[in-house]
Amino acid sequence: MKGFSTKAIVATGLGAAIFLVLFMYVKVPSPVPETNLQLAYGVSAFFAAVFGPMPGFLVAFVGHALSDFLTYGSPWWSWVFASGVSALVIGFGATKIGTAVEQGRFEKSEIISFAIYCVIANAIAWLVVAPVLDIVLYSEPVKTVVLQGIVAWILDSIVSIVIGGILLKAYASTKTGEGSLKKNG
Amino acid sequence: MKIRTFSYSQLDTFVHRLSGLSKLVCFLLLTSAIMLTYDIRIILGIMILSFAMMRVAKIRYSQIRLMLIYVMAFLVVNFFLTYVFEPEYGVQIYGTKHVLFSFGGSYTVTQEQLFYQFTKLFKYLSVIPLGIIFVLTTNPSEFASSLNGVGVSYKICTALSLTLRYFPDVADDYNTIALAQQARGVEMSSKAKMTERLKRSASILIPLIMTTMDRIELISNAMDLRGYGKHRKRTWYARKPLKKADYISMAVSLAVLVFTLYVRLCINHSIYYNPFI
Amino acid sequence: MNDEMIVFKDFGFQYFEQSEPTLHHINLTIRKGEKILIAGPSGSGKSTLGNCINGLIPFAHKGKITGSLTVAGIETKNSSLFELSSKVGTVLQDSDGQFIGLNVAEDIAFALENDCIEQKEMIERVRKTAEMVGMDTHLAKDPHRCSGGQKQRVSLAGVMVDDVDILLFDEPLANLDPKTGKTAIELIDEIAASGKTIVIIEHRLEDVLHRHVDRIVLVNDGRIIMDDTPDNVLAANILTSYGIREPLYLKAARYAGCEITADMKPASIETIDTEKLRSPLKYWFEENKGRYDAKERKEMLEVKNISFSYDGVKPTLDGINLTIHEGEMLSIVGKNGAGKTTLSSILCGFIKPDEGSVLMYGEDLSKYSISERAEYIGIVMQNPNQMISKTMIFDEIALGLRIRNVDEKEIEKKVDEVLKICGLYEFRSWPISALSFGQKKRVTIASILVLNPKILILDEPTAGQDYYHYSEIMEFLKRLNEQGQTIILITHDMHLMLEYTERAVVLSDAKLLADEKSYQVLCDPDLTQRANLRETSLFELAEKTGFSDPEAFVECFIHYDRRMRADENQNVLLQSA
Repeated sequence: MKGFSTKAIVATGLGAAIFLVLFMYVKVPSPVPETNLQLAYGVSAFFAAVFGPMPGFLVAFVGHALSDFLTYGSPWWSWVFASGVSALVIGFGATKIGTAVEQGRFEKSEIISFAIYCVIANAIAWLVVAPVLDIVLYSEPVKTVVLQGIVAWILDSIVSIVIGGILLKAYASTKTGEGSLKKNG
Repeated sequence: MKIRTFSYSQLDTFVHRLSGLSKLVCFLLLTSAIMLTYDIRIILGIMILSFAMMRVAKIRYSQIRLMLIYVMAFLVVNFFLTYVFEPEYGVQIYGTKHVLFSFGGSYTVTQEQLFYQFTKLFKYLSVIPLGIIFVLTTNPSEFASSLNGVGVSYKICTALSLTLRYFPDVADDYNTIALAQQARGVEMSSKAKMTERLKRSASILIPLIMTTMDRIELISNAMDLRGYGKHRKRTWYARKPLKKADYISMAVSLAVLVFTLYVRLCINHSIYYNPFI
Repeated sequence: MNDEMIVFKDFGFQYFEQSEPTLHHINLTIRKGEKILIAGPSGSGKSTLGNCINGLIPFAHKGKITGSLTVAGIETKNSSLFELSSKVGTVLQDSDGQFIGLNVAEDIAFALENDCIEQKEMIERVRKTAEMVGMDTHLAKDPHRCSGGQKQRVSLAGVMVDDVDILLFDEPLANLDPKTGKTAIELIDEIAASGKTIVIIEHRLEDVLHRHVDRIVLVNDGRIIMDDTPDNVLAANILTSYGIREPLYLKAARYAGCEITADMKPASIETIDTEKLRSPLKYWFEENKGRYDAKERKEMLEVKNISFSYDGVKPTLDGINLTIHEGEMLSIVGKNGAGKTTLSSILCGFIKPDEGSVLMYGEDLSKYSISERAEYIGIVMQNPNQMISKTMIFDEIALGLRIRNVDEKEIEKKVDEVLKICGLYEFRSWPISALSFGQKKRVTIASILVLNPKILILDEPTAGQDYYHYSEIMEFLKRLNEQGQTIILITHDMHLMLEYTERAVVLSDAKLLADEKSYQVLCDPDLTQRANLRETSLFELAEKTGFSDPEAFVECFIHYDRRMRADENQNVLLQSA
């Protein structure tokens, strides 16, 4: 994080705190039984798009790791790392979107490319990184790992796109100028 | 919502006196050792060591009860999933097949499968005390400084320290906002459609993110005004200097890791320990 | 020449994102060891002025500088934020945001850590600085267990540890209760005695003038209006026209027709010469006393014997009994942690009391869910950003109705009605982000009002607002109240209690300490002490000018003042119509 502005560092710290709170406490039931929608991935996607890949990575990585520490006593590193990677990839893809959002723009073209990045990033994280690490680090059986990966890929892509998108839209709307507004009679 | 925090307790035990840096290093070395082996003898050895350390650190059952429940739930689910998806994995690994009993036609329970699954169970279980010790006996601010000590950039350490500092505030904010929105009718537990549920949760997340963005601005100004980022390095008020006990603990942990690798490479010639041949 | 610490010469500043300069032609010299108050309404440029001194401008907030500004002999635009931060220590308004460390000692050490000071030296310097602000026995305390006043002391220590020459306080009173604010001003005064140059940016004039200040710099619209001694500024009688509240004792004197001159030393109630005030005040009192009528009101909400504890050990509320009447506007006051917020959470059904019940017209409300209960009692949070989740005003207000599956036609009717009540109708198609703070506040009030609650609770509705915006919000609430809306205000703003609410309920240490007329609370030294308030200066004025019943004088002032303000607003309405 050399050369990172203080603001990016603070955003990383607070973003991870939000990720942690949502990851631990907020359970939104998903259509797949026994699984929840992790709203936190929408938040990490938002921070990745606005502040860049590295802050995004850390928001998800630190948030997920601390949540594991608090819930299970020890992190499940392969998934923690995959969480980070999902945000990292969104961050790399979405640099242009970040700039647009800062200028108050998050329209159709931005939304579509954001959605595409979310799907790709989550595919890399949950179909590649998580299963491979699970097998290499933990010697987990392949089938289990791949099935879990597919479920995570679908659910987390949806959350990243919907929640991340809504947050980006809301943030962009605070960036519009006051210039041209007229009162209605 | 009851907030679980890092309920670090200030006691004066051998484990508490160790620097956060050495506790982090020991934690990483020992968990790596466990990660790199499927030898139940080593796993049980480390497990006994870590439970002994929990005793030394005077960690009470009430402090970890909740964690244990979550861990147990996780392990039970994992145990059954493993069997359902890969009932023959043990046989595949160990190369022999000692059937204990079978049911439902093709599903059999073998000694190999049970041995594999119990090894795995203990493998996960043995990591838990290590993490608990680290979390409950390390001063959170020392934690950030110790990461800087193992070579992580101090900016990342600051970010981590800010996470720990503002986590309870963010949890409070979330709570306040969620209640206020609930009063307006926003409820997530209802049987609404998934996208509807996500939209409703966004009406809590938007205010949370917006107030956080304001706060980010404020905190970074406050940090800039106090000279944050002035130099390439920075010192830490909370860092504990390393003592003899720290070096010894790290050396012991390193020895455990080296021994594990030795057993894996030179004795078992595999990640697994095979009692069946 | 050497003792000039801060020198603005024909200085101007324009933010990059704005089309107009925020500061114009500023000429101001502050000497070493001086204590200066910079006052002005929100948006006057006073905070920008402060940010120019500490270097946030132009290094964190970019823009165009004209003219020159030197701080401790350094031309700021050629300097850096780091160099300036070693000369100027800034204590920000929000001491919670400034508390970065995980405990007191660590936070004080923050600047030293950044300067790579050795741990040994750091520990020594932290201890010494903590001693100066009286926090040396709390070094291991974490921010969540520090009171607002303690957090501010930590912020102060955090900048003093660097041995800066200049201390800049940006609205130091904004988040403090009156008593803690008074202590803060005394603490700043003690530090000033050590020879530091002190700049205080604040619009709460009367509170700052509790201790001596060398000069007041009055700023408006990016220009310096006046730069003179407090006595001269107060005698000039221009504060109110620049949206700054005049000290109450002076307002009373002016109502009585007294002329205030600088030689009367009007800067503080302690210094003012009351000789010339005596007879006009007596005469005015005799003319105006006793002209008040109280309304008979029907009982509405009954809080019966409520007790609550978060941890099962220490009670947060202990046997609270309270009756609220139809059409009332009352305030609930008390220091932080006294149980105000807990009480409002119980009223809204966010938490269940351990004991006792809340009855509305005799009906127990505990059977309703949180969202059903919102149709009886609605709450508006302190910070509008904590509630706003939509981009457009209409959608935000309609949210509660849409979730309740109200017919869209019906929604439109109801929202339009509320928009009109809240004076937002002409803005209805605007995005919320284009609104001012006060307007956003009204949007959040509207979003609750649309559910038609019988009682509206507002948590610190005017926190952090200057006099103009304070009046704007409060006059709106007053009109709402006059239309029959019952309103409960949770606050520690004494002016708000005194000026707008007839009745005040005082909570202290989980107990209900008093339930009486607002002016009575502020005339009771023992009660104000226990609720972290302070007596109103009107009370002191009455005592100094020899009134046998100071309370009656304060009561008379309050009612007279309300009539005056009502007339004023009437005129404003007539003019704008």
